[in-house]
Amino acid sequence: MSLLEVSDLHVHFDTDDGVVQAVDQVSFGIASGETLGIVGESGCGKSVANMTILGLTRGPRTTIAGRVMFEGADLLQMGGEELRQVRGNEIAMIFQDPLSSLHPFFSIGDQITESIRTHRDVSRANARARAIELLGMVGVPEPRRRVDDYPHEFSGGMRQRAMIAMALANDPKLLIADEPTTALDVTTQAQILSLLQDLQDRLGMAVILITHDLGVVAENADRVLVMYAGRIVEDGAIDQIFYDPGHPYTWGLLGSLPSLDLHPHDRLPQIAGLPPSLLAPPQGCHFRERCPHAFDRCLQVPPLEARLPDSPAHRDRCWLSAEQKRELRVADGRIGLRERKSPAS
Amino acid sequence: MRRYIARRVLWGVALLFICSAVIFVIFYAFPSADPATLRAGRAATPEQIERIRHSLGLDEPIYTQFWLYMKNLVLHFDLGFSYQSNVPVTTLILDRLPATAFLVVGAAILWLAVGIPVGIVSAVRPRSLLDRTTMVTTLALISAPVFWLGLVALYLFADDVGQLLPIFPGIGSYIEANTFLAKAESLILPWIVLAAASAAIYARYMRSSLIDTMSEDYIRTARAKGLSERRVVMRHGVRSAVTPIVTLLGLDIGTLLAGNAILTETVFNIPGVGRLVATSIERADLPVIQGVVLFGAFFIITFNLIVDIAYAYLDPRVRYE
Repeated sequence: MSLLEVSDLHVHFDTDDGVVQAVDQVSFGIASGETLGIVGESGCGKSVANMTILGLTRGPRTTIAGRVMFEGADLLQMGGEELRQVRGNEIAMIFQDPLSSLHPFFSIGDQITESIRTHRDVSRANARARAIELLGMVGVPEPRRRVDDYPHEFSGGMRQRAMIAMALANDPKLLIADEPTTALDVTTQAQILSLLQDLQDRLGMAVILITHDLGVVAENADRVLVMYAGRIVEDGAIDQIFYDPGHPYTWGLLGSLPSLDLHPHDRLPQIAGLPPSLLAPPQGCHFRERCPHAFDRCLQVPPLEARLPDSPAHRDRCWLSAEQKRELRVADGRIGLRERKSPAS
Repeated sequence: MRRYIARRVLWGVALLFICSAVIFVIFYAFPSADPATLRAGRAATPEQIERIRHSLGLDEPIYTQFWLYMKNLVLHFDLGFSYQSNVPVTTLILDRLPATAFLVVGAAILWLAVGIPVGIVSAVRPRSLLDRTTMVTTLALISAPVFWLGLVALYLFADDVGQLLPIFPGIGSYIEANTFLAKAESLILPWIVLAAASAAIYARYMRSSLIDTMSEDYIRTARAKGLSERRVVMRHGVRSAVTPIVTLLGLDIGTLLAGNAILTETVFNIPGVGRLVATSIERADLPVIQGVVLFGAFFIITFNLIVDIAYAYLDPRVRYE
């Protein structure tokens, strides 16, 4: 039984240039204690989809359709006041850049305390004690002293720890981490990820880890969603995605990972072309125009379903047959996207 | 923090000294008219003019003159005497200052009380009917010249000539008012007229500042924490958005005290610093003009200093620079 079940989510933004179809037919679920990685490049809709779960994309020019079931209630149908009880309480979120995500004028302690007192009826002193305890838990040294510091007095990694402490203030059942390590250097990144893992093991919460970095997903997630141009193109367990990928876009992502057997002067493989504009996405498969294997049928949208034999939990959106996929995904002896021969129609 | 303030104060004093030097050079070294001739009046003989020039010290070299001017200013708070009335310049200015200060402070309270809430409401619902209405109104108020607005206000509301609702004291009532309350009453129309354009500017400024702030990442965080929208706007949004307003306010109060309320004072015949400048310029009363300009520089520098200190309290990042 899923903790959170998103079905057929659509998010459209009405802009002056037209309607942006930011999220299209997105369905996925996450169970308690599970870590779900969501991978995709900037603008693929991974952040928008997750912010929509918490109602953060609501606005006069946003159209949202679908269902987001959380503990038996549809979050999309909830009014502002009801949804507020969920935000920061049962579902918490942390963001990419901890410096800009923390208010520069309030101390770290103030901001954590505010989060606690919004959802719990506790005294200022108790909330403060809890804030100190949380800071200690996420590995901020000398929490008793640092609780009164301002965000600009923290280092990047410490700020993200403080953000995490704030998110965990009310023991959420689900933590959405939106590129939590993108703004950090590599060593700090590893520390933050292992902290998240550790906290998850201890607190038993589910984590949605949004990233553009397949490496981050490989080490931390149980399952992975690959998103492209507003849609989920592949959904599978970590091994399935890395060793038996079904969608050409996933092949391209895997192929563009730097590898040690690359020669010094070789160019890093990349996927030719650019993602389509979501103002006017192509008909059918959104990846069609960049895909070397596209054929007539790709003009129809392939549903997200299990397409490889013996793995019902592994779903993708590509019309190629299982045999074709296994043959075509090999480029230069490893998984990758082959070069395009002629422009796709 | 103390060091920060000390540094700002020292810098303010230095700036004031530089200002006085520049003002001195402008008015004494390049006078538009010869002060001695002006002082001597019509039909004066060249000998009389020379005698006056000597008695005013105008035949000394400029650095000696500047030295004497600064010495008198620093040691005796003496800015010289008016050519017109022989009254000390400091007395003239200090006589006029209370009226100007009363006018400016009252107007500032009024425009803040109106401008900030209007700006917040417009920012919360941008493009709404309310927002569009207030933005058009504010544009009209900003475009209306103060002297015109003042005359319209008198024409409609003054108790002597008012056509619509003649309930407020009109031109010259401030001079006749003796008690604090009577003075306040006589300033109602001037306050409104002086505050109108500023209220409109502050509303627009607050609106755009808050709209910018509301798209910050930390506002998204505040919402993700489950705070009520009211708290998100008032505590997290306004707190940041109001800081640039403080800068604006400091400058505005400084310049208005320095004589920028001249139009309002003239229309309503309020004996303030602005009126003093106007009459002094008409009569080429150099010491008075110079004194007012120096006072103005003092106010502007002082209020900038207050702004800097206020900033340090408002924004913790400034404190540790």
